[in-house]
Amino acid sequence: MKIKSLDELIKMREASVKKVNLRETGENAGETIELMVGMATCGIAAGARETLQSLMETIQTNGLDNIKLIQVGCLGFCHSEPTVQLNMPNQEPVLYGNVDKDTAKKIVEDHVMNGKLVDNHILIKSFDKA
Amino acid sequence: MNKVRSHIMVCGGTGCIASESDVIIKNLNDALKKQGYDEEIDVIKTGCFGFCGQGPIVKVHPDNVFYVKVKPDDCDEIVAEHIVKGRVVERLLFDEPITEEKVKEHSRMNFYKKQYRIALRNCGLINPEDITEYIAFQGYEALGKALTDMKPQDVIQLLTDSNLRGRGGGGFPLGRKWGMAANNASDKKYIICNADEGDPGAFMDRSILEGDPHSVLEAMAIGGYAIGADEGIIYIRAEYPLAIKRLEIAIKQAQEYGLLGDNIFGTDFSFNVRLKLGAGAFVCGEETALIHSVEGSRGEPSIKPPYPAAEGLNGKPTIVNNVETYANVPAIMLKGAEWFNSIGTATSKGTKVFALAGNVNNVGLVEVPMGTTLREIIYDIGGGIVGGKAFKAVQTGGPSGGVITVADLDTPIDYESLKGIGSMMGSGGMIVMDETDCMVNIAKFYLEFTQDESCGKCTPCRIGTKRMYEILDRICSGEGEAEDLHKLRELGEMIKGSSLCGLGQTAPNPVLSTMEYFMNEYEAHIFDKKCLTGTCKALAKYSINDNCIGCTACVKVCPTKCITGKVKEKHVIDQDACIACGACYDVCKFNAVVKP
Repeated sequence: MKIKSLDELIKMREASVKKVNLRETGENAGETIELMVGMATCGIAAGARETLQSLMETIQTNGLDNIKLIQVGCLGFCHSEPTVQLNMPNQEPVLYGNVDKDTAKKIVEDHVMNGKLVDNHILIKSFDKA
Repeated sequence: MNKVRSHIMVCGGTGCIASESDVIIKNLNDALKKQGYDEEIDVIKTGCFGFCGQGPIVKVHPDNVFYVKVKPDDCDEIVAEHIVKGRVVERLLFDEPITEEKVKEHSRMNFYKKQYRIALRNCGLINPEDITEYIAFQGYEALGKALTDMKPQDVIQLLTDSNLRGRGGGGFPLGRKWGMAANNASDKKYIICNADEGDPGAFMDRSILEGDPHSVLEAMAIGGYAIGADEGIIYIRAEYPLAIKRLEIAIKQAQEYGLLGDNIFGTDFSFNVRLKLGAGAFVCGEETALIHSVEGSRGEPSIKPPYPAAEGLNGKPTIVNNVETYANVPAIMLKGAEWFNSIGTATSKGTKVFALAGNVNNVGLVEVPMGTTLREIIYDIGGGIVGGKAFKAVQTGGPSGGVITVADLDTPIDYESLKGIGSMMGSGGMIVMDETDCMVNIAKFYLEFTQDESCGKCTPCRIGTKRMYEILDRICSGEGEAEDLHKLRELGEMIKGSSLCGLGQTAPNPVLSTMEYFMNEYEAHIFDKKCLTGTCKALAKYSINDNCIGCTACVKVCPTKCITGKVKEKHVIDQDACIACGACYDVCKFNAVVKP
């Protein structure tokens, strides 16, 4: 495909950026939203991979680009797996439990996008753990 | 739906490939497949991260975890632990040398903290074999902007205002050079990229070409537009096979996308780039010698003027710039002259890439703003001297530069300040030496290099450097005479003053500068027949002191059987038969062998 104008190049860039936006260079760390999914043995057994995939799909469908979706080890709430912790900049982290794929979708659409907490799934709100 | 949620970046620079990063990529892919994660995790081969001493480097996005010294056998564990279970593999994290802390994120490492990356901006971030990744990080936008919104003279004005100077050594202002070539009317002009990196220890140009080849192609096209050239040539040494391969891929992709070739961005500007492989002669880094080599003649310099900007390749106006210089151009075009001027010192703007090597903990490529002090580079970024030894000197500018001692560690580095303390910027090689390095031997090493690389066209360089090398060799083998010091100085000044090109004009610098700062070592070699550090084997005299308990360990390892003594009694070394190999010193557990 030949690029014939600056506009075409910009379009090309926008299409390509999706492929690389996982790689933030560390300069704007601290301003991005972090979603951490507990992916220890218990989490995986309880379906954390499905949760993770649902989170990712929802993020992509809504075109959000300032979210880091990270898998982490055991968060210590094995009774309520899968667990998802949401770190919004300058806010206390919120830990959600029993997050199936529908709840995962709600976390992104209600909490991340609209600031509304997802009831019945909050394990801990406000605690000193990054 | 794109299911990829994580990128594993594996360094694909020459250094890391030499430590099997190719196998690591294969093993990671195999492990991902085995675990069923190959669709959601991408393994990407990227350019040099610069932290070569800790290679191979593997970085995981988006968690931003930086693994060092990864071995092919570690891949299963990285996938099983990090990718499947989200647990960081602690043992592969970087150990900060001074604080002895494990550091997970590269942005928190001292090695990266003080760096500012312009020329290396995409190295380690993109896949250099995929043009769309370069485009994703604003690649070719500077060229598009220049071609559609700017006149050639605007481009030159912007680069003149930015005060970008040549990064290959001389530091000539780029805008002025381009302006001269633009003003010389001709039916044909050329843009040449000097990728004939030859300083011992310098590898920044190779890393840029391997990690971000498009940035150089884009800058050359901008140069072509600015001066009115339609042909670009990259003169690269055949010893850089990976850089050549990546450049060939990059040129092909840029042509496919219409970013090189005819009517770029739909304008009537056409530009093509081809490679010219050199045989790796140091003198071909000199621009006139380089041009002769491109023409197919012997790589020998000729007298300037005429400068290449007036009469260069095939007698036509030609611009020769170095790789790192070009890599800066697209960034300046996009961010503006003011931004570039905000970085650096009064006379030197922007950043400089240094290849940090020698006896320093964090060996690698570092890019720092001009004006950073040597102390910051060696101690903060470099993590100090290996084994906690004392710093002795640092050689900048490769075989053309000189040594800088502890007295000048706090000098902010720029073109002028380095010249002021008797060294030079050069291409940015930085070799750190500690208390165990013999400075006479170092000077000899550089002279051996330059006399070997002298093209032989002019007498002072051809014969003069050879004679200097012979004198140094004599001093190191214990046959130096008092008069040698005077001869070295006289020869050095003469070669500097009468050589045709930069190679000869700077070749005596390592000798003259070590003579200035470390005269005591020269005198020790000549008058006391002693090498203070024990480096010069011919002068080394090992002996055994009273710590000896007669364990006979040294007797067993001595290759010349020159150590004698009874068990449980003090041993003696026969100085005449000793070849000073140091084996006894290494094996002794009682500090009884005295190193000279």
